[in-house]
Amino acid sequence: MEQYAIEMLHITKRFPGIIANDDITLQLKKGEIHALLGENGAGKSTLMSVLFGLYQPEEGTIKKDGVEVKINNPNDANDLGIGMVHQHFKLVECFTVLDNIILGVEPNKMGFLQKQEAREKVLALSEKYGLRVDPDAKIEDITVGMQQRTEILKMLYRDNEILIFDEPTAVLTPQEISELMQIMKNLAAEGKSILFISHKLNEIMEVADRCTVLRKGKYIGTVNTKDTSPAFLSAMMVGRNVTFHVEKTPASPGEVVLSIENMTVASKVHKNNAVKNVSLKVRAGEIVCIAGIDGNGQSEFVYGLSGLEPLVSGKITLKGKDITKATIRERSVMGISHIPEDRHKHGLVLDYSLEDNLILQTYFSPEFTSGAGFLKRKNIRDYANRLIEQYDVRSGQGAITTARSMSGGNQQKAIIAREIDKAPELLIAVQPTRGLDVGAIEYIHKQLIAQRDAGKAVLLISLELDEVMDVPDRILVMYEGEIVGELDPKKTSQEELGLYMAGAKRDEVKV
Amino acid sequence: MKKALRNPSVQAFVASIICIILGLLIGYIVLLFINPEGAAESILNVIKNFFTWSKPKTQLKQFGNTLAKTMPLLMCSLSILFAYKVGLFNIGVAGQYVAGSCACLYASLAWGWSWLPCLLFAIAAGAVLGAIVGFLKSYCNVNEVISGIMLNWISLYTANTILSKVKEVASPYTMYINDVNPSALLPNIGLDELFAKNKYVTIAVPLALLIAIAISIILNKTKLGYELKATGSNKNAAKYAGMRENRNIILTLVIAGGLAGLGAAMLYQTGYMRWECTQSSVPSMGFNGIAAAFLGGLSPIGAIFSSFFIQHITDGGQYVNTNFYSSQISDLISSVIIYLCGFVLFIKITMTNMLNRSEEKKIQRLKVPLADSGKDGDK
Repeated sequence: MEQYAIEMLHITKRFPGIIANDDITLQLKKGEIHALLGENGAGKSTLMSVLFGLYQPEEGTIKKDGVEVKINNPNDANDLGIGMVHQHFKLVECFTVLDNIILGVEPNKMGFLQKQEAREKVLALSEKYGLRVDPDAKIEDITVGMQQRTEILKMLYRDNEILIFDEPTAVLTPQEISELMQIMKNLAAEGKSILFISHKLNEIMEVADRCTVLRKGKYIGTVNTKDTSPAFLSAMMVGRNVTFHVEKTPASPGEVVLSIENMTVASKVHKNNAVKNVSLKVRAGEIVCIAGIDGNGQSEFVYGLSGLEPLVSGKITLKGKDITKATIRERSVMGISHIPEDRHKHGLVLDYSLEDNLILQTYFSPEFTSGAGFLKRKNIRDYANRLIEQYDVRSGQGAITTARSMSGGNQQKAIIAREIDKAPELLIAVQPTRGLDVGAIEYIHKQLIAQRDAGKAVLLISLELDEVMDVPDRILVMYEGEIVGELDPKKTSQEELGLYMAGAKRDEVKV
Repeated sequence: MKKALRNPSVQAFVASIICIILGLLIGYIVLLFINPEGAAESILNVIKNFFTWSKPKTQLKQFGNTLAKTMPLLMCSLSILFAYKVGLFNIGVAGQYVAGSCACLYASLAWGWSWLPCLLFAIAAGAVLGAIVGFLKSYCNVNEVISGIMLNWISLYTANTILSKVKEVASPYTMYINDVNPSALLPNIGLDELFAKNKYVTIAVPLALLIAIAISIILNKTKLGYELKATGSNKNAAKYAGMRENRNIILTLVIAGGLAGLGAAMLYQTGYMRWECTQSSVPSMGFNGIAAAFLGGLSPIGAIFSSFFIQHITDGGQYVNTNFYSSQISDLISSVIIYLCGFVLFIKITMTNMLNRSEEKKIQRLKVPLADSGKDGDK
């Protein structure tokens, strides 16, 4: 008989009006890496909340090492040796790595901390599993990758046997991802059991032994990754075949829509400029992609272009008009649409209804505001309903749904609907598919290409290699705030692109 | 029943009522501790306020007094809630109120202005103070609570200094507007007749109610309200959408300050009260406005009722039997009740949590299939 570290058998969890988990079975073997795959809203989070005792299932049992257990709250889960690295880390920013690791289980003698003891244990653990951290560095000063390793050490320090990783790669650079994959393999080899929640198929194929797929709250199946393919997994997840390769006709670039000359933008973090002397052109009917590893000046470049931050120097021209000094509103009215990098920070007012978010860029137009300054609610509702219909934005209560309660994919669809419907000359899309599932990604890529085919200029800023290779007509690589290479996606390879992104290779780029 | 309890407005109302009852209960317990003999009578008097009087005519007159003092409180609570909707905690409302008091009193007593210019001057003074906080917030990133509290004290002592020039020789109080410059008193427009010739019931009453309605409309129906609330809810998204978020923050505090200044004029220009030039604490009107705003569920219309209630309790405090209690007890009792009023949000959240839990339990108990579980847990 096989030994399972943890078994969740026939779990059913209902919420008013919805079955979040419908007869789901998940069996985690000792020492295996088990992936849990599913789209947003498939029930992954609910299942994990059940495992942590945050919800009590209506039906089903949980077994640890073959013995039935009752998990009433997170403390019970902790006692059973279940630990989790959340997608958004739960660390105290102003504490050191060591302080964070021992937080809550501080070794002490009569109330005095025994940090030396803790330090030795942490160092031993980090040695054993190859988790490089500096125990005395403050969380706010270290990289995201190191913060994640701190979270992992936190679990190990508590002698957890079952480790759950919730979308751990969403925040990491490609190098950090491969490092994490290695760490996970080491942990499994040492006998830890790992549950890996993800919707990135390549990572699952690389690291997981088995994969359980959920769809719309239902258990679809568990497969050995050795015997399957990414295409098969995605079909299981989405319920239909998804085209991985983006289909598009060759571009027919027209006149220059956007021209940037020697743009320099200051950094908010350090004293150097984040964007240095960047020049580029985007033409009507083409998609230009700025590729690069996160933090190489892409965000600041977009802030400068959209007007969120002032330029140190340089000139921006849109359709022949100098917009260097124009305000954000002026640029928007002149035909720049911007799908922002962080949809919660910039893209949406989460407490507003969906309809109010859909008019965020156009609320002041005569269509929505009367001369006396009153909002025309009926027009707003009609407009919102049209966009919801046309762009298939799904939500609980339609136009009056609070944006906060919508799924990430539908929030992004709402932003895309708003920005595209403005009929822009230039569409700036910054990581438009971040954190979305395969179905939504496919949809968004189609929309970008449709914009291109309608003769708009599209500027895509992306960190995802697949997206960089598939979607654009031209690739510009940004490294440390400079454009270091221009590549043709049809002729280049991921390896070559990687060399440019890592700064190992650079060309003089002519505009 | 449970479905009704999920409605936000119903929730706000129920929560407010619970707060009031809790406040009265604790006030009663405090009285019991100090002296059990007069507790029941005293707390009843607090609730009865002007009904303590036996003659209907006196009742009406006293009701007019409470009403006259409700309007400045309403303005302060509107000031708080307006700023709050834009994500700002305008604790500087007390200072803005002081600035308004100083402006209208000085203009009427020293310069002999008539009522309308005095009123406008008070609004301007409050608005200027609000603008200072707004500028510091948007251009120097100074937290509005810090600068607001500092300005409360600065404006208090500035007001004391300035108003000393128009005070009576023999007392620390400012002169009577009635004697010096009756033209600065707000017109009664016949309202005094309705309240047994209470001359303190003035145009301020209908004006304040109209302003409450106007604030409600601005927040919910206009482009300005849309922009301001967006800025308050997510400053970054507002900036991204091309709204001038710095201008919006300043504008909000200017409006909030103006409301507080107007509130001051609505009290002092009735002649009901005079300024005490030696006072060393900021008038409580502004701070009570915070409680009124929350008790009213942060709705301008709700604020009308909550302001009246709080003023009612405060006035009722003077009918606590002083044979049993020292005279400060009235302030203590009303402040206990006002303090509890701040718990409205807390009670709302508790209520939602309790509803969720009972719903979950019910589902678990019945193990009903999806089709029957329905949208609400109650049939």
